[in-house]
Amino acid sequence: MKHIISALVENKPGVLAHVAGMFAARAFNIDSLVVGRTEDPKLSRMTIVVVGDDRVVEQVRKQLAKIVPVVKVQDFAGQPMVARDLMLVTISAPPEKRPEILSLIEMFKAKVVDIGTRQLMVEVCGPESKIEAFIDLCKPYGIKNVARTGTIAMPRQGSSEAKS
Amino acid sequence: MCSHVVSSGASARNQPTIEYLTGAQIIVRTLLELGVDTIFGYTGAAVLPLFDEIDSENWRNIMAKKSDETKTGAQIIVDTLIEQGADTVFGYPGGVVLPLFDRLYDAPINFIIPRHEQGGCHMADAYARASGKVGVVIATSGPGACNLVTGLATAMMDSVPLVALTGQVRTDLIGNDAFQEADTTGITRPVTKYNCIVKDVKDLARVIREAFHIASTSRPGPVLVDIPVDVQVAKCQTDGRNEMNLPGYKVSTKGHARQISAAAAAINKSERPVLYVGGGVVIANASEELRALAQKAHLPVTMTLLGLGSFDQNDPESLDMLGMHGSAYANYAVQECDLLIAIGARFDDRVTGKVKGFAPNAKIIHIDIDPTSISKNVKVDIPVVGDAKHILTELLKEVEHRERAEWFKKIAEWKKKFPFSYDRKASTIKPQYVIEELCRQTEGRAIVTTGVGQNQMWAAQFFKFHGPRHFISSGGLGTMGFGLPAAVGAQVARPDAIVIDIDGDHSFNMTMTELSTAVENKLPIKVCILNNGYMGMVRQWQQLFYGRRYSKSYLSNPDYATVAEALGAVGITVDKKADVAGAIKKMLGEKKPCVVDFRVEREENVWPMVPAGKNINEMDGLDILESMA
Ligand SMILES: Cc1ncc(C[n+]2csc(CCOP(=O)(O)OP(=O)(O)O)c2C)c(N)n1
Ligand SMILES: [Mg+2]
Repeated sequence: MKHIISALVENKPGVLAHVAGMFAARAFNIDSLVVGRTEDPKLSRMTIVVVGDDRVVEQVRKQLAKIVPVVKVQDFAGQPMVARDLMLVTISAPPEKRPEILSLIEMFKAKVVDIGTRQLMVEVCGPESKIEAFIDLCKPYGIKNVARTGTIAMPRQGSSEAKS
Repeated sequence: MCSHVVSSGASARNQPTIEYLTGAQIIVRTLLELGVDTIFGYTGAAVLPLFDEIDSENWRNIMAKKSDETKTGAQIIVDTLIEQGADTVFGYPGGVVLPLFDRLYDAPINFIIPRHEQGGCHMADAYARASGKVGVVIATSGPGACNLVTGLATAMMDSVPLVALTGQVRTDLIGNDAFQEADTTGITRPVTKYNCIVKDVKDLARVIREAFHIASTSRPGPVLVDIPVDVQVAKCQTDGRNEMNLPGYKVSTKGHARQISAAAAAINKSERPVLYVGGGVVIANASEELRALAQKAHLPVTMTLLGLGSFDQNDPESLDMLGMHGSAYANYAVQECDLLIAIGARFDDRVTGKVKGFAPNAKIIHIDIDPTSISKNVKVDIPVVGDAKHILTELLKEVEHRERAEWFKKIAEWKKKFPFSYDRKASTIKPQYVIEELCRQTEGRAIVTTGVGQNQMWAAQFFKFHGPRHFISSGGLGTMGFGLPAAVGAQVARPDAIVIDIDGDHSFNMTMTELSTAVENKLPIKVCILNNGYMGMVRQWQQLFYGRRYSKSYLSNPDYATVAEALGAVGITVDKKADVAGAIKKMLGEKKPCVVDFRVEREENVWPMVPAGKNINEMDGLDILESMA
């Protein structure tokens, strides 16, 4: 099962290496890992998507918490939460196909961010499933390039007591 | 604040001296009296008199004096080491630690220089294991730091409190492949509990304090601080306000009361319990509490390699070591118990054998300070996270005495049938005999360090320990070459103790240069080489599993007695069984480091043995033990 784990870490050099090294050394699989600043300049948030059974994910959670500069670890699995991915994707779009593609973009509430003579760059934001669906539907036109951020997530109000 | 009051100084004998002070002066003097030396404030009409007073010469002088003390980074390192109680340090110099070594020139620190940084690291490690204090090792950048890696990994696997300080190239050269530059924090991250580089001298005192704290608390481990040479030279004002700041590091000590009660209830209900004790009990200094628990509740105790000494092996409740080369009676007891109480142990594969078949009938209680150890390898029924000493103390209040006569009778039968044994009538020197004789002549009171291999297993099987911190061995990493430097470190920590390195010939070969360190520092360590001419444990596996093809497990050895004498130690060779006891007696009387080369039976095997992937009650060699019992 996929778990979204959120770790608040000290904003110090070497922390990312420590976390990434721990995952590699203990043979845990990372689906995605996103690091960004928080409201507190001393802290960063890492959002890590891991796949594994409960025992593995429990180890991941504990091993993360054990890393000295990791301040807090939460597992959002089973919690009401908002999870989002951001994707930039370049789709080949010859003039005759454009109307179709644009209506697809419209339906996904995505955005055209760059237009060339034969291709479009589109920005899509949403839960991972939506991003995957968009990719699937665009495949027939030809996808040239994909860049994705990986998942970030936050619990919904009133469910802040995620397992920690 | 402007009205004057009279203050009478009580000091005068005849007339009280009368001094007129303004309110503002009284405020300032009182603040000074209370030790306030820094004030944050913003001026305004209503506080002008006070600000005027604060700005007066008097205050500024005091301020200046308080903050005038500037120190170099190197001095800060030395002062912080002393503040942290590090009166003994192991280290080796080099270019980028010269500023630090200059400050160590006349520092009140007992400084031991090994012949190789790996040796220094093992010495600091064993110093910590023998004393319970934090071991400290210093090395230069690049090659010096790289030479620490094996030692750090050894300490990491065995949870030893260690602080390593390494020099680093100048901050502005980092990343440029400068001379003797290595990415020390990158290289050592997986083999340390924590590491970091200090790039600002203002952080130095705080980071070193944090290093000692992290190394010695919770589940201990090595911490490395990398210090560029310019940071050692840089000066900063030291204001003592350099407190630790570790928001991500929590030390949980007390066990959960409900979990402890659940554990006590399970113990009280159990018909066939076994205590399975690891190095955590030694680290937590909880031997006394363990003894009390085993006696009060009447529980048999088996120990891991690192747990040896936590429980007196001469007590009838002792089942000695369990696992791959553990006692048959311990392994049988674990497989048949209905309750396994693991304390400060981590269900290592050398202990469990086939994990799925380990303690198949037992409910499992696991007491450990490290939550990641719990349910990592084996699913646990009652986890209790916290310090073993505290939890055992609480547990003791709730357990009841039960005779469990049938269980102890069964254990006694196993003990009688399958004791550790060997051919005592053989004409050759059996390695086990040497260890039994060492144990007999020292009454089991010596501190024993070991190499890795058969020598280590026989030491664990045949030396019966009375108390903790007497068996010092590389368990988790199994580092050949640990024994000799460990003996040096242990002897430095315990100058009056008898320290014996029970070593293998090839383990000794790896770090024998440290004999010079023992000679130079007049450390009367004893080295007993169980010289079988083989990498014996490798040879045993090749015999049993590779059709006796002894591939590359034989090397020619030097004459160890000659080597010892050349390095300034005493060297003795023993090749007759009849000379063993006498040689040991002579060795124990030596004031100098002493090496005894015992030419032991060449193809002796360690029994019993649980082959890899088997359950621990599926031991080989039981027929041999039984026939010699
Ligand atoms: C540094 C290191 N290299 C290799 C090994 C693998 N190894 C384990 S035991 C052993 C043989 C040890 O030989 P010796 O020290 O003579 O001890 P004996 O088994 O003969 O008592 C070897 C090579 C190890 N544990 N450590
Ligand atoms: Mg050997």
